[in-house]
Amino acid sequence: MPSVMLKKNGEGKLVFYVPKKDLEEVAESVEFDSPDKWGGEVVLSDGSKYYFEPMDVPPVFPITLRAKRIDD
Amino acid sequence: MAAMTREETEALIQEVLEVYPEQAKKDRAKHLAVNDQSLEKSNKCITSNRKSQPGVMTIRGCAYAGSKGVVWGPIKDMIHISHGPVGCGQYSRAGRRNYYVGTTGVNTFGTMNFTSDFTEKDIVFGGDKKLAKIMNEIEELFPLNKGISIQSECPIGLIGDDIEAVAKKANKEIGKPVVPVRCEGFRGVSQSLGHHIANDAIRDWVLDGNEGKETGYEVSPYDVAVIGDYNIGGDAWASRTLLEEMGLRVVAQWSGDGTIAEMENTPKVKLNLIHCYRSMNYIARHMEEKYNIPWIEYNFFGPTKIAESLRRIAAHFDETIQAGAEKVIAKYQAEYDAVIAKYKPRLQGKRVMLYVGGLRPRHVIGAYEDLGMEVVGTGYEFGHNDDYDRTIKEMGNATLLYDDVTGYEFEEFVKKVQPDLIGSGIKEKYIFQKMGIPFRQMHSWDYSGPYHGYDGFAIFARDMDMTLNNPCWKQVKVPWKTAESDAVAVAASA
Repeated sequence: MPSVMLKKNGEGKLVFYVPKKDLEEVAESVEFDSPDKWGGEVVLSDGSKYYFEPMDVPPVFPITLRAKRIDD
Repeated sequence: MAAMTREETEALIQEVLEVYPEQAKKDRAKHLAVNDQSLEKSNKCITSNRKSQPGVMTIRGCAYAGSKGVVWGPIKDMIHISHGPVGCGQYSRAGRRNYYVGTTGVNTFGTMNFTSDFTEKDIVFGGDKKLAKIMNEIEELFPLNKGISIQSECPIGLIGDDIEAVAKKANKEIGKPVVPVRCEGFRGVSQSLGHHIANDAIRDWVLDGNEGKETGYEVSPYDVAVIGDYNIGGDAWASRTLLEEMGLRVVAQWSGDGTIAEMENTPKVKLNLIHCYRSMNYIARHMEEKYNIPWIEYNFFGPTKIAESLRRIAAHFDETIQAGAEKVIAKYQAEYDAVIAKYKPRLQGKRVMLYVGGLRPRHVIGAYEDLGMEVVGTGYEFGHNDDYDRTIKEMGNATLLYDDVTGYEFEEFVKKVQPDLIGSGIKEKYIFQKMGIPFRQMHSWDYSGPYHGYDGFAIFARDMDMTLNNPCWKQVKVPWKTAESDAVAVAASA
């Protein structure tokens, strides 16, 4: 369950940063990304996947959230 | 020697690894790589930020060095107590050349050494009482100090002293910030964790709880903070003038020539400018999340990168600043063109190998390239993956990358690659000079500087020329082995 720092970059894409792992990646897709639901599975540009508990309101970025790593 | 091909470089790494026992060889192999610009991510080719192998000569420092020496030390109006035995503070005292303005011992304390001088008695009975006493003494002897930081050395963590409690009590008594920093040297694999701990201490003990505090000045839309510039040889001053000339207002310097008041005011700025990404990205990310302050990395080494950085910084502001950036670039053009015209013919085509800390292995590449030189090998003492990510694109294909290089590996690489110049630290300097290879200390600029900014570039170019084309290198070899060379003639033509 790493803490992930999320922010939007210049192009409006979600940037994913895990301090302990020095992992800095752009998120390719977010499962739920609408005004009434945000979260689910997030796929990064290096192919790894993380899961965020879906929220009713999209968070205000930048923010630190807990994510679950999905190994497949 | 011509540029090496990918196969040659790989063969060289294999050859160097040959002497190690099986296990060490396997481990070290992960830290040595041939650069491949097509890679997006460094973790495909190199491993970093891992514990050094026992028995090798590593060049790394410790967490205390990262916190006291790098991040906290330059904050000039605070007193930084090296809490523990006397040596850690004394042998690192004033070695980093963080310049500052002020009267040392009266209102600034940068080059002084404050220590609790632990002896056996303190290890056995604990040092908390002594620490409390020291802080009272400091308050009496140096009343103009603006705060105290307690930089833990190894024994503090080992004997379990509660420096946080002492700090809180002292804070109430003297009414100034007292910051305990848990940067015992044994933490982490290098000074890098010390940077992180120091950043977290600033977050918890300086920034937090200061949100509502009056700044005492009016905020402007052009306020910026320079973060991760330690003013080595005056670097931060050379950077600051450029930013001010383009119309920005630098309200805080972290931490070269910086003060605690500037740090407390930083959450009011509009943009954080990060020079040393490795040592201060943590606090920048924190401020982005908590105070919504964007941050960008910039590079003030060499005119190409300076112009690039000024424009990128200006893009965050309105047209007046963007016009200001262009004006600054135009203003200095004649100056840096003259520098390049003078030194490029003397340095053209020379090959450089670098091995520095956490930022310069990639940041100075542009400055060398502006002078027509080529960086053929680079590596970080304590860089992480994200540093190597940023390095891959800066370096040429098939050049050497070495992480936490050992003394033996570095020497062997140099023997085979035969660079014209090496840029590294004091511990490497005399080995390579005795091997007859020109050397510049790239941690503290070899008692020179500044190297940042346009003014710094002129000094950088002069220093590189002075070192490389020095006639002494021809005298290092025994007379019957030297060929008649042109270096003397080149030096005479200056």
